[in-house]
Amino acid sequence: MPHDHALSAVPSRFGLKAALRRPAVVLSLLALAVLVVAVAFMTVGVKGNWEFALAFRGRKLLAICVVASAIAISTVIFQTIAGNRILTPSIMGFDALYALLQTSFVFFLGSARLASVDSRLLFAVETAAMLAFSLALYRWLFLGARRGLQVLLLVGVVFGLLFRGTMVLLQRIIDPNEFVVLQDRLFASFNGVAPDLLGIATLVIVAVSLVLWRLRGRLDVLLLGRDQAINLGLDYRRTVSLILILVSLQVCVATALVGPLNGFEPVSFFGLLVANVAYLLVPGFRHAHVLVGAALIGILLLAGGQLVLEQMLGFGSAVGIVTEFVGGILFIVMLLRGMAR
Amino acid sequence: MIEIEGLTKAYDGHVVVDGVSLTIPRGGLTGIIGPNGAGKSTLLGLIARLLAADRGTVAVDGLNVATTPGEELSRRLSVLKQDNSIAARLTVRDLVAFGRYPHSRGRLGEADQAMIGRALSYLGLEPIADRFLDELSGGQRQRAYVAMVLAQDTDYMLFDEPLASLDIRHAVSMMHLLRDASRRFGKAVVVVLHDIDIAGNFSDRIIGMKDGRVVCHGSAGEVMTGANLTAIYDIPISAHRLDGQFVTTYALPEGAAGA
Repeated sequence: MPHDHALSAVPSRFGLKAALRRPAVVLSLLALAVLVVAVAFMTVGVKGNWEFALAFRGRKLLAICVVASAIAISTVIFQTIAGNRILTPSIMGFDALYALLQTSFVFFLGSARLASVDSRLLFAVETAAMLAFSLALYRWLFLGARRGLQVLLLVGVVFGLLFRGTMVLLQRIIDPNEFVVLQDRLFASFNGVAPDLLGIATLVIVAVSLVLWRLRGRLDVLLLGRDQAINLGLDYRRTVSLILILVSLQVCVATALVGPLNGFEPVSFFGLLVANVAYLLVPGFRHAHVLVGAALIGILLLAGGQLVLEQMLGFGSAVGIVTEFVGGILFIVMLLRGMAR
Repeated sequence: MIEIEGLTKAYDGHVVVDGVSLTIPRGGLTGIIGPNGAGKSTLLGLIARLLAADRGTVAVDGLNVATTPGEELSRRLSVLKQDNSIAARLTVRDLVAFGRYPHSRGRLGEADQAMIGRALSYLGLEPIADRFLDELSGGQRQRAYVAMVLAQDTDYMLFDEPLASLDIRHAVSMMHLLRDASRRFGKAVVVVLHDIDIAGNFSDRIIGMKDGRVVCHGSAGEVMTGANLTAIYDIPISAHRLDGQFVTTYALPEGAAGA
């Protein structure tokens, strides 16, 4: 690395390279890219009724924006608290829990009865159940005795396996007709999002993001680790508990809205990919910049991916597969390069 | 003044700090010495509220550290533990600027900037102020952290083995600096030290610990005797004065070069 890392107000060197060291420039470029993709997403390949197409695609785009930014923001913050760049809520068994919950609903209630339940109530129950689990797990992980990264990863993997094992067991003994219904519920889909749920989810995620935005200074301090955060005057337990509630809420609402991004697998690398691309592209460490950058990159990846794969190449819902593939490679590279520490 | 009263901490039934009662006055450098596992770092962690005590209290200027809001304490007391690792990429200047957080809440004013500049120059970090921490040597990183604590500008500063990754030149200059800070600005500096000679020569007071208890506590001259050091470390140690400095020697096996 060269020595001229100055991020001062006046760039010492002109040109693209110097400009890309300024957070404002990078974030503006990302925002511009998101805008271009959004316009393309709304208009490319529209045939027939424009009014219907715009409304339909607008809802889909909103769902993508909400979900992508929720996962991007929650992953970055989760990693700040975990003190490494490899753990994500998904890796800690979150998506597997969602799949298990869905399976349990269909198994114990039956699809017929499930269909008659108010979707908003179901949404609330799903969110609450996942929130309860994630809070119990995260508080135990981060506020109890200190544990190494290996232990955390192992705990995540074991929980993921437990949830998936239970789910597979239930799916084996379920009525085949019910299984078809279940399978439909489990795949991440931005097409089938109900408008009323989308409204609630957007509201929750925007509200939570605003609270997190107000905490950005404290998040920066948390980067220094528990001891230094306490030394600098943070009420560590309270701050971390609050942030974990907010992060869990975001992941829960996003997952409950569209399902886990990759369907069946217990690990989703989307958050990992987005967060690490953000660390790479956005200069500096400040959450004010990294969080915005991560959200924009998330939207770019999901919306752009859907656009290219569905509209241009006609591959259906393959975005999840691509992000999993790229994210999984990144995960392995990070582990091998010892970046996990 | 730091007042410690009946402080006890156990891990899984194993008592690490055992009913310690101490008073550390404001001003001057206090060295804490003792063998591995004597409870030095734990004591420091308890004083700095990084750990919760099982029994007993710690009060800094009359404020109980267990109940006083962290924000208030962070302007009076600072602590630097041994291992600090950060996943994010920070420059030296970024890190030192964090020391002003208790005062500025993240919005750095002119006074804060001046303080950061002073801390950087005090530790000779200006040439590397804009380098990233992960590009530095262990010793440079250690000095960056100490600069951060100095920028925090508290009356009480606690350091857990700040010399661990420093060579003798930097170790001695670090001790000069900490002693200077305690003398010139009336700060109370408490340092956990491994090197007995350095502790003897730079400390105004020394606390000797063993098995979670304070074995001896007094001025450097009082503590630096063969009898005391032998009692603390459980090996025959004798203390001498040579050109006005404390020099300790320990028993060598027969036929070794020094014998």
